[in-house]
Amino acid sequence: MPYTNTNSQPGISPAGSPHSESWGEWMDRHSGTFFIAPAVTMILVFAIFPTFYSIVFALSRVKFTADGINFRFVGLRNFTRQFAGNDQVHFLGKATSPTIFGLIVFGIVLAAVLWWLFRSVKVTTWVGMIGRLISAAMAIWITWIFSVTLLAGNSIGTMMTTLFYVLVGCFLQFMIGTGLAFLCSQPIKGKNFFRVIFFIPLMVTPLGVGYAMKMVADVTKGPFQPILRVFGIEDWVWSADPWAARFVMMICDSWQWIPFIFICMLAALENVPRDHVEAAEVDGASSVQIFREIIWPQIVPIAVTVLLIRAIEAFKIVDLPNIMTGGGPGSSTESMTLHSVYVWRANDVGSSAAIAYLLLILTVVVCASFFNYVVLGQLRKAKA
Amino acid sequence: MSTRRKLLSLLTGATALAVSYAPAVAGEFDGVTVNILTRPGYVIAGPLAERGKDFEALTGAKIVVTEVPFAEIFPKIQNDWSTGTNSIDVGVFAAGWGVELDAAGLLEDLDPYVAKDAKIDMNDIAPYFRDFGQKVGGKTKLLMVDGDFQMVYYRTDVLEKAGLQPPKTWEDYIDIASKIHGTDMSGDGTPDYGSCIFMKRNAQSYFAIQTIAAPIVQTLGTAQGFHFDNATMKPMINNEGWKKAFELYSEMGKYGPPEQLNMDIGDTRALFKAGRCGLLIEWGDPGTLQLDPDAASVKGLIYAVGAVGSKDVLDRATGKLVPVSPESAPNAIDGINYAPFAAFGGWAGAINAKADQKTKDAAYAFLSYMNQAAESNVDVTKGATGYNPYRLSQLASTDLWVAAGMPQALADNYLGAINGALNNPNMASDMKIPGAQKYTGVVLDTELARYLAGEITVDEALANIEAGWEEITEDFGRDEQIAAQALALGTGN
Repeated sequence: MPYTNTNSQPGISPAGSPHSESWGEWMDRHSGTFFIAPAVTMILVFAIFPTFYSIVFALSRVKFTADGINFRFVGLRNFTRQFAGNDQVHFLGKATSPTIFGLIVFGIVLAAVLWWLFRSVKVTTWVGMIGRLISAAMAIWITWIFSVTLLAGNSIGTMMTTLFYVLVGCFLQFMIGTGLAFLCSQPIKGKNFFRVIFFIPLMVTPLGVGYAMKMVADVTKGPFQPILRVFGIEDWVWSADPWAARFVMMICDSWQWIPFIFICMLAALENVPRDHVEAAEVDGASSVQIFREIIWPQIVPIAVTVLLIRAIEAFKIVDLPNIMTGGGPGSSTESMTLHSVYVWRANDVGSSAAIAYLLLILTVVVCASFFNYVVLGQLRKAKA
Repeated sequence: MSTRRKLLSLLTGATALAVSYAPAVAGEFDGVTVNILTRPGYVIAGPLAERGKDFEALTGAKIVVTEVPFAEIFPKIQNDWSTGTNSIDVGVFAAGWGVELDAAGLLEDLDPYVAKDAKIDMNDIAPYFRDFGQKVGGKTKLLMVDGDFQMVYYRTDVLEKAGLQPPKTWEDYIDIASKIHGTDMSGDGTPDYGSCIFMKRNAQSYFAIQTIAAPIVQTLGTAQGFHFDNATMKPMINNEGWKKAFELYSEMGKYGPPEQLNMDIGDTRALFKAGRCGLLIEWGDPGTLQLDPDAASVKGLIYAVGAVGSKDVLDRATGKLVPVSPESAPNAIDGINYAPFAAFGGWAGAINAKADQKTKDAAYAFLSYMNQAAESNVDVTKGATGYNPYRLSQLASTDLWVAAGMPQALADNYLGAINGALNNPNMASDMKIPGAQKYTGVVLDTELARYLAGEITVDEALANIEAGWEEITEDFGRDEQIAAQALALGTGN
């Protein structure tokens, strides 16, 4: 049968068709547009429009008057005040000259990033190079802030606190969640029971988690009080110590989110073909070798994707610090989202919007870098 | 509450209403709903809701009380009223916050209502609360339901046992706290706390620091103020006086509960009612809260000192501390300068100017009902209400208080302390200028919390507050703020 190439589709008249298009045919041709129009309209109204309208807030000093909201254009002032002046300590932390150790750390990161950029010149396009330059600039700048605040013995601001929750928290959650998933994928007794138990925290509302954890973590009246008393720790409370409070916040957040990692990784582990594992066992491979050589390469694309989704979510942490410590002591457990909420609550809507945009930029750069240089790399490896 | 008691309360309310506010007659406000926004919990909000039910039975007006976290009260009301949402008809908040809302034209002028309200008896309201709390620019814009001063409280039995006298200066306070800290005050065999202060951020910690700073910074009477140079509105905060106050406050933290930095007012109240605190900085509530059944172990043992002072005061010309002398502190008594702080000014109700007239009428009738002596004289004697005395009839005699179950000696001490504070010529007034909530509740509160948590030094905290206050002043307009400050302190026209 001869093969005929045609661009025409059922129900659609080709261009230049002699007969005029009927109403039914016109409807048929545009049905796709009509079907997606409500969804597009909803997205425009409820997502895109507020996002762009908030730029107006971020660039203005907003006042509430009897006649409504009054905007006074202030340019980038709401952004720049987060990096210099009165609000700098709150956002970036207290900065002083870096120590020798801080300089060494900064130097190592700087050198590594520059070397990575140098190597990239040969393998990427100019568009890709722009992306890498943005990622590199962000990495260098964050390392510098890290060096002049925390490594110089100073307090950190809400940006570094957020990064702490994201980087340390996600790492911890991934390790424990994957470990639990691996255990539950083994042929052990009562594994279905453990699957349900491990999954429960994810179903609790964050407010509920916050209040429950506030009670559990209360070292003066909570369940751990007798244990602390045995060790003679009666006058110490985590909520008065900045780093202890941050760690408690991260642990409580992990309690809720480890199940997410667990359930995704369990699905990934259970999709690894049994015959591959059995073949390795027949060949005499140890459990560690089987995990490293057989299982891990097959689950790594899912693992990095799960980590990416979790990181995006972690950037938005707000419920736990708000309920458990109100961002305290001082502003030590305050995330960028909570920072934005508190500033908004003080009716400084412009600064609140600016902080929200800074969070958006940070999230996009960090997560896009992770996606481009880690997730895509692993996906390409898996396909190869 | 038994049916009999409910009926009795209803009958009492009905009688009081019938004889007090003439326009409020049965069914007058049928179908009208008054939405009130205030703080969370039973304190302040509870009595509004309870008396609201009585009011509904009497007039038909439905009273709906919505509660939001303390730090959200002001912005929520301001947003709601200025954006035209108008879901709130009445805001019950700090008397001093009203001026900013009024400057934006959001508050209903209550003078015409008061003129027709023969039973509210404005002359019975103490002059400070009538003029500072209720009036803005000479017009009545709010009605008080509460009158506030921060005072120091001490456990008489604990101090007696330790052979100590009540504090006269903040150094005395710390000395006493250090000596009694760790002793068993509740009789349960566990060590208790020398001092309990709610130091949590985004709550009400920033009032206590002002209570401590006032006698160090303000020396020439109420009109002098202690936050700004009134002529220029330059912040009067980055100096040795406020620095000393910050350091004293931090020092007090050493003799309190370990989790004090995360404690709100409800937490410290639970502690002192359980007998676990030797000293407190608080509003008038501990006087009556100790009468509650769950405070039986400390009933009649928590006494008040109307004002704690300082032997060193700020020399405003140099920013340095100088010893009290007739020149530096003419109001000082026995070498100690006192400046009792009218913290918060009291909870007061304001009506949304954009509400419809029928709702405004019902809202006023309800606020008047809460304010009148018949109801108020009962409410202020109950600790759980959070309402403290503001009427002369409540302050003139101990009869009300003794009848409510307060021992006579405690009633004498309690009213004596409040009257002493109220009549002190150097009484320190809370801020009553546009941005008041932001100056203190946001900027001062945040920097204080950072200092207490060790994130920044006291000098950095004071410099940040100075810069933050300057920014707010510039935002509202310096000349406008100078004029508002003069009005607030009674030095303007």
